[in-house]
Amino acid sequence: MPTNKRVSSAAEALAGVADGATVLISGFGGAGFPNVLIRALRERGTKDLTLVVNSATHRYSLTHELIEAGQVRKVVCSAARGREGGLSAFEQLWGAGKIELVCLPQGTLAEAIRAGGAGIPAFYTPAGVGTDLTRGREVRRFSDRDYVLEEAIKGDLALVRGDTADAYGNLTFRYAQMNFGPAMATAASLAVAEVRAVEDRPIPQERVQLPGVFVDRVFAVSE
Amino acid sequence: MQPLNRRQMAWRAAQDIEAGALVNLGMGLPVQVADYLDPKADIFIHSENGVIGAGPLAAPERADADLVDASSRRITLRPGAAIVDSVWSFAMIRGGHIDVTILGAFEVAAGGDLANWDMRVPNKGPLVGGAMDLAVGARAVWVIMEHTTRKGGPRLVQACTLPLTGKGCVTRVYTDLAVIDVTPAGFLVREIVAGLTAAELQARSGAPLTFAADGRALTAPLLSDTDEQRTG
Repeated sequence: MPTNKRVSSAAEALAGVADGATVLISGFGGAGFPNVLIRALRERGTKDLTLVVNSATHRYSLTHELIEAGQVRKVVCSAARGREGGLSAFEQLWGAGKIELVCLPQGTLAEAIRAGGAGIPAFYTPAGVGTDLTRGREVRRFSDRDYVLEEAIKGDLALVRGDTADAYGNLTFRYAQMNFGPAMATAASLAVAEVRAVEDRPIPQERVQLPGVFVDRVFAVSE
Repeated sequence: MQPLNRRQMAWRAAQDIEAGALVNLGMGLPVQVADYLDPKADIFIHSENGVIGAGPLAAPERADADLVDASSRRITLRPGAAIVDSVWSFAMIRGGHIDVTILGAFEVAAGGDLANWDMRVPNKGPLVGGAMDLAVGARAVWVIMEHTTRKGGPRLVQACTLPLTGKGCVTRVYTDLAVIDVTPAGFLVREIVAGLTAAELQARSGAPLTFAADGRALTAPLLSDTDEQRTG
């Protein structure tokens, strides 16, 4: 395991990311969006992306820039609706058939990512049984209840927002920044974190919320 | 006959939350239930983004962009709060650790089916969020909604016409006109606003109602509907 995971720029943090990549992007409820990395991915021009995000677009997230730039082929999310009173960038392209959508219950999305990072290929969940979102999926009864089979999600790249990191890639999060970040980092072959600060000293173990084993590159944003 | 306003509906639902409960409140009207919980009752509010123990909204000078609920509102934390990631948050939901969730709805069917995520508006993308997980995982699923649609059509129905969120999951409905339990025998009216007859309530409903023998008047204190907090 490399012991210096610091990189000095967002561009360097994304080195090697190829067209067609599946990109897991953290953030929910206004916190934890890795917006510096999202913008760097847009500037990089990497295309044919599949985004795995909680919301296709969100007013605190810059994912709409990737979508508007035509870099996104498919979105896997639990929320694809723009704000009231108009169609979002995603909705316009989706309505025109130019972007593919997979909508999942939010807990299924989280668990699919967790499973992807934990060596579990698929799992049964009660969420969504008998609804449009699970049409065609295998249903199996355990005890007295029906469950639907959902497949794990893995990515080529995870973009995660944290608060602090150290050179080992250990991360801490502030308040509700955590959300999808830890699971996404486990499920991607390259996990990149943007943080407020990269500490010179190792983060004390009791404060580590995501161990560096799951994080490949860390990058301090200047804000 | 005076229907409850939205704040009064939220107040009424809040009265039924037991001390010590862990509660998840849906976006929009349900989050307003938090404003009427007894502060001494030690109730914890769970938000899907991983906050357990959400407190009141933060004062502007104290608001922190990282301390938010699932609706992106800047909040505070109550004593004993914790924040976890999405995997744990939904383990709590699906694993039966949430005592009650209160959700908004478009329709509730007599068998407890819930439709609250897709109004089939052309070109609008779907937004399911955590609703399907809550519908199957919370130990009780309650709904707050207006009794009828803006056009006067029923929201209490025999079978949902809109896409389902969950089957057979709702056990209680709070409307502006009544409090209704969803029982194995269908809708059972527990409370009804003064001045509305059983026949008039039935006429506003799309499935048969029965009326509890110990039924009561649905009342709430005067609460202004004009200062609703903006959400989302």
